[in-house]
Amino acid sequence: MSLAKPAMRGLLGKRLRFHLPIAFALPLVAAAAFKYGVTEPRKQAYANFYKQYDTTAEFNNIREAGVFESVRPTGK
Amino acid sequence: MLATRALSLVGKRAISTSICVRGGHGVAKVDDYALPAYFDRRENPLPDVQFVTELNAVQKSLKEKEKGSWATLSNEEKIALYHISFKQSFAEMNEGTKEWKSVIAGMFFFIGMTGLVVLWQRKFVYGPVPPTFESEWKEKEVQRMLDMRINPVEGFSAKWDYENKEWKK
Repeated sequence: MSLAKPAMRGLLGKRLRFHLPIAFALPLVAAAAFKYGVTEPRKQAYANFYKQYDTTAEFNNIREAGVFESVRPTGK
Repeated sequence: MLATRALSLVGKRAISTSICVRGGHGVAKVDDYALPAYFDRRENPLPDVQFVTELNAVQKSLKEKEKGSWATLSNEEKIALYHISFKQSFAEMNEGTKEWKSVIAGMFFFIGMTGLVVLWQRKFVYGPVPPTFESEWKEKEVQRMLDMRINPVEGFSAKWDYENKEWKK
């Protein structure tokens, strides 16, 4: 019987010292990854789209396609 | 009742047919299953009784030696004392079984059976799908979605090339 005496105390403290920093770091990392991987590119995509958006031209295109109910396509 | 309580404190179970006298009314036979039992469980590390109920001569002498100083006990004697009190070690009682293989096999089997049932239903129970699933209808649907500019920034219409009238590469 030359086994070492197992740890009898401080088990919860040891677990918390290991897991709590991870528990705080991982969500922060996840949030940062989502912000810079998803939301920032999405905001950029919308900004770029509307930078070159010609409202009137698009309106006429959609009108010609015939999906509006308030205006008919030009022509007969 | 008091007799069984006192005896269980000592740790012996040799009273399976002993008699409890209650209040002068008569005797009640105590059944085996009603007595404190030994079982190996992680959440109950110190069961109510020892594992070995009747000690043989060697074990009895060992128990006498245990009443003295424990430093005089050898390692084998300590292990023998352990085996008097307990059946399996924690390592033995906690080890897993191979049950998971049967569980996974059962899962696959029943999922397969369900799949067969669903296929049969699709063929023999359900009626035809609505006309909105036909290719022509779907083509008109897609064209109308593109005309309405559904999700033009990042989604559906963003993938369509309106100049060349084709999907973007």
